[in-house]
Amino acid sequence: MPRPDRFRLGAGWVGAGAVAATGAVSALLLIVGGYDPFEAAGAALGGAFGSADAFLSVTLVRSIPLMLTGLAVAFAFRAGVWNIGAEGQLLAGAIAAAWVGLVGRALPAWLLLPMLLALAAFAGALWALVPALMKVRLGVGEVITTLLMSFVAIELTAFVVRGPLQEPRGVFPQTEAIAAGARLPALVPGTRLHLGVVLAVVAAVAVAWLFRQTKLGFRMRAVGASPEAARMAGKIDTGPVTLVAFLGSGALAGLAGGVQVAGVTYALYEGYSPGWGYTAIAVALLAALDPLWVLATALLFGALEAGAAAMQRDAGIPAVWAVAVQALLILAVLALDQMRRRANAGSAGV
Amino acid sequence: MSEAELELFLQASVRLGAPLALAALGEAVTERAGVINIGLEGAIIAGALGGALGALAFESGGAGVLAGALAGGIVALVFAAFAVGLGTDQIITGTAVTLGGLGLTGAVYQARFGATGTALTLPTLAPVRLPLLADIPLIGDALFAQAPTTYLAYALAPALWYFFFRTEWGLELRAVGEQPDAAAAAGVRVRRVRLLATLLGGTLAGVAGAHLALAHAGTFAENMSAGRGFIAIAVVALGRWNPPWVLLAALFFGAASALQYLLQALGLDLPYQLFLAIPYLLTLAALAGWLGRARAPAALATPWPPPR
Repeated sequence: MPRPDRFRLGAGWVGAGAVAATGAVSALLLIVGGYDPFEAAGAALGGAFGSADAFLSVTLVRSIPLMLTGLAVAFAFRAGVWNIGAEGQLLAGAIAAAWVGLVGRALPAWLLLPMLLALAAFAGALWALVPALMKVRLGVGEVITTLLMSFVAIELTAFVVRGPLQEPRGVFPQTEAIAAGARLPALVPGTRLHLGVVLAVVAAVAVAWLFRQTKLGFRMRAVGASPEAARMAGKIDTGPVTLVAFLGSGALAGLAGGVQVAGVTYALYEGYSPGWGYTAIAVALLAALDPLWVLATALLFGALEAGAAAMQRDAGIPAVWAVAVQALLILAVLALDQMRRRANAGSAGV
Repeated sequence: MSEAELELFLQASVRLGAPLALAALGEAVTERAGVINIGLEGAIIAGALGGALGALAFESGGAGVLAGALAGGIVALVFAAFAVGLGTDQIITGTAVTLGGLGLTGAVYQARFGATGTALTLPTLAPVRLPLLADIPLIGDALFAQAPTTYLAYALAPALWYFFFRTEWGLELRAVGEQPDAAAAAGVRVRRVRLLATLLGGTLAGVAGAHLALAHAGTFAENMSAGRGFIAIAVVALGRWNPPWVLLAALFFGAASALQYLLQALGLDLPYQLFLAIPYLLTLAALAGWLGRARAPAALATPWPPPR
């Protein structure tokens, strides 16, 4: 597996260049598709940032699950753990959250809400435990196993919303709304922005602090840079470090599921995630796996989604364009980063 | 359970397993060369749209399959340009290619046919009954009265096995996936082998997509690949990177999906979603070594030459 250090942007021009290149290619594609790129950009910007409500209720709310899952991916990738199953860990968290929110009606909010979030994080970590143990104990690569666990989570979600947690009438594949006391309060009255955004920022700061200031964080980065060197030269027992990376990553993704249930949907339903766990990989990469930058790139992706919806509504351009733009953005970062690397290697005489 | 119900179940198993088999057999070749193409999903959806457009343009299902294969190959070429040519991370590149495939096909479809979602009727790929074989009781119809693309999967399984384990090129391909440095030292052109293996994988994924649109659904819908690219990666692991086993694993995944129809036909109200999870759990067990030894190629997902 390659080293996460390969993604360090180092120079800011990779990020800026990627955004510029993506903008140019997108505009070109829109022209080919017969659309006016300026009209599209205007509609998208208006939808994402055009008013306080557009920004707070749409852009920011959409970016919250991406912030938390992006952090989850960065947390694992930094330690060289290729957890691409944030999707499943998020769903495990969402299932746990829905369950707590439904059965805990009698509990007061000060107890119910923290319990919901804690259990969501725990469920996410539990979902990551299987691939973690397979990696640490049996040496099975995590790329395929984390992916497999996501599929199990998707089927489990479909089962619980048609089985044990289905709404009482038994018609729709969804749960009843969770208890009022299990919901995250609004942050700005009159908007849909909920307390989850504060949780995401706190989580990002905590992860950044862990990476920069603690022994554990140093070990994680060392193992991520080179497991052999960490073991031989650094005398680091890689097993526990890898385990922490898996479980922490799973917990953050699980928390994302819990926050989404408690802050936005108030219920669980079939096909719950539109792919947050996969988009999160792009979010984390664009942030060069830096926890604080994850907040910014998640916001960018949230704006992209909000803008795309507005583009469809106001300019008649299919919203799926946003997905293609995300792909272009990742490819641009990969290509530019590789070029920078070669240029640097060349100047060092390698 | 009557014989008719069992026959319908077997038929559905093969129908649902065939696209998985095509994509997974291709991915097995790619992975044997040390490349994991998470962008397979993008190649499948491109193959489905390419198949639909090709079939419409030439008013023929066969032309649709060729167009689908081409579309899948182009998507794999994009993936290979980055992951093999530039040596970018395979997982991230694959994620991008899947997103790009889903996004662009959706955009092209809406631009061409409008966003209202009027169902598209395509020239279909009709089932072909193989004489004699299709007359075998119980399994004959299920296995041998299918679309021609299904027979391609049957033929590929032994052919690829022979290629991997009995030919010089197959040996070189496996060496590239296990020990690329040693292979390069022995004069194998590692990146060229990886490029070709990736292109073959994408082409077959494109055929799988065309099969979905033309033999399975008779129409194109956005996101109709429905995760099959990722499932195919699981199928390869359950099939232990060995083509005949990969084919069987794909049919097994197909059977798990077909079980829901059987349960409905039998009037049983069992939670079929739990049955759908079984193949994934079995694949995990296989990877853990509980079903014999299943080991991924040693250099899987490792860029070559190694990053400086």
